Amino acid sequence: MARLINRIRFGRGVVLLICAVYFAIPLASSVIFSTDDHKGGTTFRAYTDLLDAPGFMDSLVLSLELAGVTVAVLLLLLVPAMLAARLGAPKLGPVIEVMCSMPLVVPVVALTTGIIGVLRWGPDYLRDTPFFQTIVAIQDPKFPVVLVIAYVLMALPFAYRALDAGLRGVDVVTLVEAARNCGAGWMRAVFTVVLPNLRSGLLNAAVLTVALVLGEFTTASILGFAPFSVWINSNGKSDGQMSVAVSMLSLLIVWLVLLLMSAVGRGRKAARS
Amino acid sequence: MTTAPTPVPAPASAAHGGGGHPGSASPSTPAATAAAAKAPRPGKRRGPRGRAWLAALPLLLFFVIGFGLPAVAIAIGAFTTSTDAPDGGGTFTTDNLTGSLQGAYFTALWGSVKLSLLTALIATVVGLPLAQAVATSRFRVFREAVLSASGVLANFGGVPLAFMFVATLGNAGEVTKQFGLTSHGWSLYTFSGLSVVYLYFLVPLMVITITPALEGLRVQWREAAYNNGATVVQYWRHVALPVLAPSLLGGFVLLFGASFAAYATAEAMVGSSVPLISMQIGDALSGNVLVGQGNLALALGLDMIVVACLVMAVYLPLQRRSAKWLA
Repeated sequence: MARLINRIRFGRGVVLLICAVYFAIPLASSVIFSTDDHKGGTTFRAYTDLLDAPGFMDSLVLSLELAGVTVAVLLLLLVPAMLAARLGAPKLGPVIEVMCSMPLVVPVVALTTGIIGVLRWGPDYLRDTPFFQTIVAIQDPKFPVVLVIAYVLMALPFAYRALDAGLRGVDVVTLVEAARNCGAGWMRAVFTVVLPNLRSGLLNAAVLTVALVLGEFTTASILGFAPFSVWINSNGKSDGQMSVAVSMLSLLIVWLVLLLMSAVGRGRKAARS
Repeated sequence: MTTAPTPVPAPASAAHGGGGHPGSASPSTPAATAAAAKAPRPGKRRGPRGRAWLAALPLLLFFVIGFGLPAVAIAIGAFTTSTDAPDGGGTFTTDNLTGSLQGAYFTALWGSVKLSLLTALIATVVGLPLAQAVATSRFRVFREAVLSASGVLANFGGVPLAFMFVATLGNAGEVTKQFGLTSHGWSLYTFSGLSVVYLYFLVPLMVITITPALEGLRVQWREAAYNNGATVVQYWRHVALPVLAPSLLGGFVLLFGASFAAYATAEAMVGSSVPLISMQIGDALSGNVLVGQGNLALALGLDMIVVACLVMAVYLPLQRRSAKWLA
């Protein structure tokens, strides 16, 4: 038995080591590459110049706004539907699952093609209807709602899987049954019993969505908006070192957001127990 | 414990009336369950059920508008002539589709399928042991660190990933220079180079996807297997893998989709030296086609959707079978 456990630990160590090497080398190389001054020393020129680069803050703020709104919309749509499927309408479950898997079938490029097709209906067929104003409004470059729609769709499969995994670990039906036996109303049962138990699932869904929105490039660039990733691309093309520096920075920003979110989640957990 | 999905809703609806506690009133509970099973639609059930449908309504509406309309746009556009065509556009044609399945476009489609299959397979095979090693680690901080890192890297696709690998394994990359890889025939801007890059976000994606399922594997099952004299291989072959099969398949499909749809990384890194369907669409959208073939992009999008649908058609029956076995 002890030998077996040792062998398992050895195997685990080997797997972790190989993966650590594969994932660490590009990170390390990028840091070296972006701080190399080609005279054998190091320089942080690429990083310091970056902070003064025009449009940096604007695009970053836009991306963060988009991420926040997308998470809110996504959870408001998805959580009630999934709870409803578990609690009151089991037949809804497969419908929601198929629905949430469908954006996976449609690649982002194809979805973007379709969105462009719909947006073109505006000037082509709907010029004299209120729909035209709507189509113009959702393309406001200051806050493109059309991107939120696209991002919610893209995040649906991932958020669904995260929430579904969370729901699988919790016997929602029994929980609600118990809460209602204790005299709680439906709303109270959901908000004070079910949702706190789904904390990790909700957090995972939110984390995946935020990361997806911050890194998304295809739709935004094809539709001609300028969130962070598009700015990185346009600004980075001119300077090899700076492009790598920006990449490292974007990785860092995503990381910070995620750390912050998990810290919030853990803080709540600590406060409760 | 988590079994018996059918009887559970019945007591739930019975409890809606504020009835007895299951523990104290054990003799009456089976009778109530049986009665509820015989009469599946008692009057009280309608209330919560009606509200339940309402709660899912916003999602349904959003989906119809946000997903349905673009889908209709693709379906119509792929089979009609584009507005810049000589006849003014809008007439039915299959030229877009046949054009999208010939020559360079077909090569690109096949290239995308090959790349996605290969990378999804490797990422599944690598991701499972990694996720297992992390999930069973004794150090909680380490576990959380790896999972949050996976969350970051899994969606770290796009342009930054391309730049990072250019700095590492590109022609002037640090690793390339250090080991003189170019003289050994290495080039990042090829099929295998792209595969290495794709694995950088696919493996973490697999780790996040499979970890909840791995955490669902009871320690007792493993201990029971080892106490009965099973080897590690036997435990995985007969206990863990059958239980994990649906999640693994689901993860594989997720990875295939992610790899198949990836656009920005390839676009920023290899340009058109590796033919991929997503880049052909990007080209077509930016007007890089002959006059009158504007709708070719929509037809190419349809091709992509069809391939992804085929994968789903293989996956769904398999998954249903595994799920049934699990229950």
